[in-house]
Amino acid sequence: MAAGAAQSQIAAAWALLPDYLSQHVLLSASALALGVAISLPLSVLAARNPMVRWPALTLTGVIQTIPGLALLALFYPLLLALSAFTAGAMGFRIQALGFLPALLALTLYSMLPILRNGVAGLLGVDPAVREAADGVGMTPRQKLLRVEAPLAAPVVMAGIRTAAVWTIGAATLSTPVGQTSLGNYIFSGLQTENWVYVLFGCAASAGLALIVDQLLGLIERGAARRDPRPAVIGLLLLLVGVGAALAPQLLRAATPAYVVGAKNFSEQYILADLISTRLQNAGGAVTRRDGLGSAIAFRALEAGEIDVYVDYSGTLWTNVMGRKDTPPRAELMAQLTDWMAREKGVTVLGSLGFENAYALAMERKLATSLGVETLSDLATQSSALTIGGDLEFLSRPEWASMKKAYGLRFRRQKSFNPTFMYRALGSGDADVISAFSSDGRIAAQDLVVLGDPKGAVPSYDAVILISPKRAGDKRLIEALRPLVGAIPVEEMRKANYAVDRDDGKVSPAEAAAGLAKAVKLD
Amino acid sequence: MPDAPAIAFQDVSRRYAGKAAVDAVSLSIPAGQFVAVVGASGSGKTTLLKTVNRLTEPDDGQVLVEGRDVAGEDPVGLRRRIGYVFQGVGLFPHMSVAENIAITPRLLGWSTEDIDARVDALLSLVSLPLDYRRRLPDQLSGGERQRVGVARALAARPGILLMDEPFGALDPVTREALGLATRSLHEKLGLTTLMVTHDVQEAVILADRIIVMAQGRVLADDAPRALLAGHPDPVVAALMDTPARQARAISALMEAG
Repeated sequence: MAAGAAQSQIAAAWALLPDYLSQHVLLSASALALGVAISLPLSVLAARNPMVRWPALTLTGVIQTIPGLALLALFYPLLLALSAFTAGAMGFRIQALGFLPALLALTLYSMLPILRNGVAGLLGVDPAVREAADGVGMTPRQKLLRVEAPLAAPVVMAGIRTAAVWTIGAATLSTPVGQTSLGNYIFSGLQTENWVYVLFGCAASAGLALIVDQLLGLIERGAARRDPRPAVIGLLLLLVGVGAALAPQLLRAATPAYVVGAKNFSEQYILADLISTRLQNAGGAVTRRDGLGSAIAFRALEAGEIDVYVDYSGTLWTNVMGRKDTPPRAELMAQLTDWMAREKGVTVLGSLGFENAYALAMERKLATSLGVETLSDLATQSSALTIGGDLEFLSRPEWASMKKAYGLRFRRQKSFNPTFMYRALGSGDADVISAFSSDGRIAAQDLVVLGDPKGAVPSYDAVILISPKRAGDKRLIEALRPLVGAIPVEEMRKANYAVDRDDGKVSPAEAAAGLAKAVKLD
Repeated sequence: MPDAPAIAFQDVSRRYAGKAAVDAVSLSIPAGQFVAVVGASGSGKTTLLKTVNRLTEPDDGQVLVEGRDVAGEDPVGLRRRIGYVFQGVGLFPHMSVAENIAITPRLLGWSTEDIDARVDALLSLVSLPLDYRRRLPDQLSGGERQRVGVARALAARPGILLMDEPFGALDPVTREALGLATRSLHEKLGLTTLMVTHDVQEAVILADRIIVMAQGRVLADDAPRALLAGHPDPVVAALMDTPARQARAISALMEAG
């Protein structure tokens, strides 16, 4: 990678820092505050009562064993169900995506160290001192506040420190549930193989954790030495830091922004950047929800948690509408547009002009030697081959109908992150992969895309979707309408490849600018 | 009816896991008396002491303080009216000497000036320099700590002082000095003092009256001089003979030297 490219990537990363850091701080500070607010009273209860202690410590311990990413992911369906319930019972919806699920998961995550140290700190107070507190005539409350709490404070603070470091680290995992955080660098960097972003995200999150840990350490030292000075300094610096980090957040809150969504691959990042730029040029403020799971993205749009994103007609056709037939491209688009408006209130603004179809691809050398050109040919050879799919593809109905229509049976089946899937072909880890037809790497790696003579998979036009609550938003629609039919597949492939390739790669935002220029929409 | 006794135990029993720690004890302690309760470890003397300010509740019987059944009183208010010196001293390690002494007056809502004046008065009463006010307990010697413990117990001007092995952890010289100082405070302030100790010699020197306990029961209850003269119970007789036996051993040693 050229030094110049790395420098421009670092500059692009710095430009995103105020927003990412601010949201990261808001999220982790809220989760930690909530965690402390729940865990401290619970510690008192648990220290007094063994019947509470065992279940509380065990439960928080079990929560800690759930991988952070899974814990965050679990809160989305939970809140979605709750949201459906409140919508029916009380007439309002709670937010299932973004801040709330991330907050709840991280709060749970922060509880164990605070609770464990809280209980240990309170039980560690010398029984003679506790009896003296009774003997001089303290009420149970006075005993707690004047004797037990100050004596347990250093141990409790150590627990809060641990919780803070964990929470700040785990907050990077909130990106896939739609909450912007420093994890945006890591997730988008991983998808686009932008290691500068990944490192930048790790460094920013680790740096934040270190600083917070040191400041809380000052408070801990103050508590241990019974000297209020370091504690006050630590607390002040902490408050100033949180305030400074939140400033961009508060300034922006004045204008309600368009929320632009993106799923978790390069093309989605580029198109979201393209859409965001157009909205900003039209005078709108924009916030982003990047790296969403495919199913999460549509549900979030439907619920109005994101306002606009790009999806693919065939994906919606099979996964949202639940259809198994595969009508011709134009007819599918017409039925989809009609159904979306009627059933979901979602506006299908139109196709961007290219397809990003699910297709199986092989290296040319292997395809030629096996004589494979179509999925029918592949079926005769598949039992000796290994297929590599991205995680999502292998669980999608398109894959099931493809297997059924052609009778495909592979020797082995492996899942990859999309980026690594293309590499797997070169390294021999997979013989066939689930490629995307707009992917620049198909041409770059000279892959053969296998034909689908039986029409087992539908067409996949890239379409702009607009949420029900923005259906009448003229500024939004006018800003995005010029994109309809404007992007040929060659230009999309070029833009995708610019982000995905190893040498001279650019950020999605730069690729979006290049794409806009190429299709004369800049 | 004449003045009610300062403390009265009426058939007081307390059991732990079915075993009697205090077994049907009845005693009456008139105001102004200095009473020592002696006995081996596990004789029930500390448990008995704790029933007075309800740090322990009796299973049976009644404890009366100044004529009123303590079971009917708010334990917090009761404890603020009764001074208590703890076996392990039990100073609050995060509070200064002055804050430790002032704790009960502060809980009672005294004014800052009254509290300051009282802390000064108590420091001189227990013979500690005034510049000790800001020291923390771990900056004091064992004897100094227990002086602060006594000062804390006396801070809210109680009429009754309970002491649980107060000088047990001190060296003999400090122990004797502090014992005598406590006795003179008892006189000066007109206290009723109930002291638990396993040191018969200390009890003999300080107390007006000695109660000997074993296995939760009172074996003997009399003036030191009377008990020293002999007792029909062999356990009491052996226990009370200890100081004299030691004195004889010491004089024998000195004569031989």
